[in-house]
Amino acid sequence: MDKTLDSIHDAVSIVSDDDTVMIGGFGGSGAPIELIHALIDRFVESGSPRDLTVINNNAGNGNIGIAAMLSLGMVKKAICSYPRTTQSHSFAEKYLAGEVQLELVPQGTLAERIRAGGAGIPAFYTPAGYGTELAHGKEVKEFDGKYYVLERWLKADVALVKAEQGDAHGNLIYRLASRNFNPLMCMAANVSIAQVEKIQAVGNLAPEHIQSPGIFVNTVVEVTGAQQEEDLIRAGAKYPIEKHHA
Amino acid sequence: MHKLSNAQIAWRAAQDIEDGAYVNLGIGFPEMVARFQPPGFDAIFHTENGVLGFGDAPFDGAEDWDLINAGKKSITLKPGASLFNSADSFAMIRGGHLDVAILGAYQVSQNGDLANWSLCKGGVPGVGGAMDLVHGAKRVAVVTEHTTRDGKPKLVDSCTIPLTGVSCVNRVYTSLAVIDIRDSRFVIIEKLASVSMQELQNLTAAVLHIDSEVAELSVPEL
Repeated sequence: MDKTLDSIHDAVSIVSDDDTVMIGGFGGSGAPIELIHALIDRFVESGSPRDLTVINNNAGNGNIGIAAMLSLGMVKKAICSYPRTTQSHSFAEKYLAGEVQLELVPQGTLAERIRAGGAGIPAFYTPAGYGTELAHGKEVKEFDGKYYVLERWLKADVALVKAEQGDAHGNLIYRLASRNFNPLMCMAANVSIAQVEKIQAVGNLAPEHIQSPGIFVNTVVEVTGAQQEEDLIRAGAKYPIEKHHA
Repeated sequence: MHKLSNAQIAWRAAQDIEDGAYVNLGIGFPEMVARFQPPGFDAIFHTENGVLGFGDAPFDGAEDWDLINAGKKSITLKPGASLFNSADSFAMIRGGHLDVAILGAYQVSQNGDLANWSLCKGGVPGVGGAMDLVHGAKRVAVVTEHTTRDGKPKLVDSCTIPLTGVSCVNRVYTSLAVIDIRDSRFVIIEKLASVSMQELQNLTAAVLHIDSEVAELSVPEL
């Protein structure tokens, strides 16, 4: 078994027009910038993939990553909990112009919908959002004297995630707090693509330390010296950034 | 009228956090509560993106952007910290494992409804984890000015802006008083000595009740 690929561009070639793409990360922590930029490279060259639905906690910051996808017109819909960050001008422009749809989801509901998608649970009840405008039109049910809102699972065609280490079986280990949505998204997508700082030989990752078992991961690409989204934003970087990795 | 500074409100809220409590502090003003734990008390702070047991911000230049809080600020880990994914993080919240969540507010109603995510001003909305937090923690507290900047009450009979949660707030720490929500009523627990009951009532858009003796809200200069 060998799930590794040498080229990030080959890795993201599976993404098609109208796909739903889960993109891991919370802020810059765990954001797979190189994979996203490889996807954008293809769009710039060929006009595809377009009309994507992007699922991420946020909706892009600065002028790189998801924000660049939005500015270039690759995205028709964002599903997220917090698109209103300090440097979210790309999303704001498109959203206020009516060019991108927004499905706003409480953060814990977003995480659980993704987890449910990966765990084969089509719907679940949660107290979050009950009695608020985000529960409009949703079924409400009382359990043991408390009200809950019915929420559906989320699935995706492709997930793009970032991990610290991986192997040819697809096993992944994340760095610090960069786990966040990444392991959930690996579970919920038909095809999960991980960029990792270092590919280890099979057997070198301690089994008890693996955070995404390889069964959830389809493709592993080594991106050594990956850039941190937050550093790029603070440096005022704009897509396309200088490529250190082919 | 004399009123508490935000730091003083945060100090008062911090005095009610027990040693060893698991605590989530909302982004912004509520984060200040962490600075005022009583000596010898050691709460364990949780942040939605998957960290338990974080400490102060690192020194300038020592930031590691893979280690942030829900406000996307750089943090450090204290001994005994743990890291986990977002679903586990919200299982801690929704599952009732957190002892206290402390949030900010635009409005709180007398039955404990909280409005703190949208002012209905148009633009891009954002909700984050607040709607999950208000239904999970064993105790949900609010820290807030008693009134808005232009003097309008923030404690109201019924919220007029979009809700974050229904009947979810247990206690409100304001710049003038500490007020509990009991049986869909505001009950005064403490108030500043310099503020009369009538003055406090005039700045509140719902009836303030007294169930037992009102203590003095006494906070050190900070």
